[in-house]
Amino acid sequence: MPSRHKSLVLLAGVILLQVLLLAVQIKRDSQGRLIRSWTVGAVSPFERAGSYGFGWFRDAWRNYFALRGTKKDNEDLHRENDALKLRIAQLEGKAAEGDRLAALLHFRQTQSEVPMVAARVIGGSPGTASLTIELDRGEHDGIRRNMGVITPDGVVGKIIDAYPNTSQVLLLTDRESGVGAKFADSGIQHPVGGMGEPMLAMKYVPNDDDVNVGARVVTSGMDRIFPRDLPVGTITEVKAGNTFKQIRIKPAANLEKLEEVLVLLTLRPLKEPEPVAVKPAEPAASNSTPVANP
Amino acid sequence: MNRAFDLRISESHIEVHKFRTGAIVISMLMMLVIQAWLPLRFTRAALLDLPLLGVTYFGLSRRNPSTGLLLGTAVGLMQDSLSGPTVPLGLFGIAKTVIGYLASSIGARLDTEHPFARFTLTAGFFIIHQAVVALTRRILLAQPEPWFTLHILGAALLNALVAVFLFLLLDRLRRPS
Repeated sequence: MPSRHKSLVLLAGVILLQVLLLAVQIKRDSQGRLIRSWTVGAVSPFERAGSYGFGWFRDAWRNYFALRGTKKDNEDLHRENDALKLRIAQLEGKAAEGDRLAALLHFRQTQSEVPMVAARVIGGSPGTASLTIELDRGEHDGIRRNMGVITPDGVVGKIIDAYPNTSQVLLLTDRESGVGAKFADSGIQHPVGGMGEPMLAMKYVPNDDDVNVGARVVTSGMDRIFPRDLPVGTITEVKAGNTFKQIRIKPAANLEKLEEVLVLLTLRPLKEPEPVAVKPAEPAASNSTPVANP
Repeated sequence: MNRAFDLRISESHIEVHKFRTGAIVISMLMMLVIQAWLPLRFTRAALLDLPLLGVTYFGLSRRNPSTGLLLGTAVGLMQDSLSGPTVPLGLFGIAKTVIGYLASSIGARLDTEHPFARFTLTAGFFIIHQAVVALTRRILLAQPEPWFTLHILGAALLNALVAVFLFLLLDRLRRPS
């Protein structure tokens, strides 16, 4: 190496040593010693680059290469999700059925001295001309024509035909249907009949009578089908007519979602049913079992 | 002939001066002592930088960049040591290292025996020295320092004037060729 270059190298080395000497001595206010600041400043770009590179590689691996099996996993998860949804729906149905059966059982226990049979609804009206349902119980279970059909909520209808193993019920909402009823508060009796629609009608109430919306209507027991004081419904609308009031009643029983019912085998009056906290009935699987079978 | 050949020829005719034994060391120590003592008596003497003048002179005379920069380093670090805690070791050391190298390099190429050349070179080296100090303070120490002021220019001229007479005095320390 030429002497000129040697002196240049020596110059650079000596200056570098003194710069390092300065850095070791100098202590800046916020960054500590200068040598530390320089060291951090020199190393941190590599650390940052390394961290960025590692993060990029990791993200690339996670987001691309490691996702090769994701499609299959996704399909499996979709299938599992569908199966779980179906399972949840089944469980919800069973839970709702359990609630309904618990209500029936409770009602049955409170009326233990009254003979009745629980039956499951297995069919409905084939047409719109009549509002009927079919039960899985019949003459072999003691069911006869004109027996009353109820739920813990209220009156459902009456048996119009009994077969050995099934029976047919005329719902209270049918045009041909009717029940002896009275106001729960005043005890004044008026028949209630169906109109072929979800609402019932109370008949022959003079315009002069005082009838309030929200009044409860129960069975009077005079029709020889239903015992007295069974809930029929609640008055929702009252209008003045030519001679009689036009009164609409919302049925106490949910006649549009019947799953299980009770068939009364006697006309003996029932006890006032105790209130039970039961969730609204939901559609249930059709393979449920009756609560009681006396 | 090309320019490089001319330069070699010219370099070969520039005399390298040698000094009496211990002359460089003793004279530099004396300059450091005077530099430390004189401003206490005469405030204006703080404008002088006798160690810088010494480094410049011996660099120009010895004409060896390696020894010149090492002399500058040693003198600068000693000056830093004598300057108290506010001056970190290396501040004047770096500046005088650069001056030692430049003076030796230029002295190897130019005839620096003429008083005008000495005056001009010393003024230039003083300004470069201050620039290196300012650079070091600004960048390494993060301290505010002006690059160039009239005060620095005045100090450069004063040091150059003193250098003309001081160098004549130091010439007497040379060994006769």
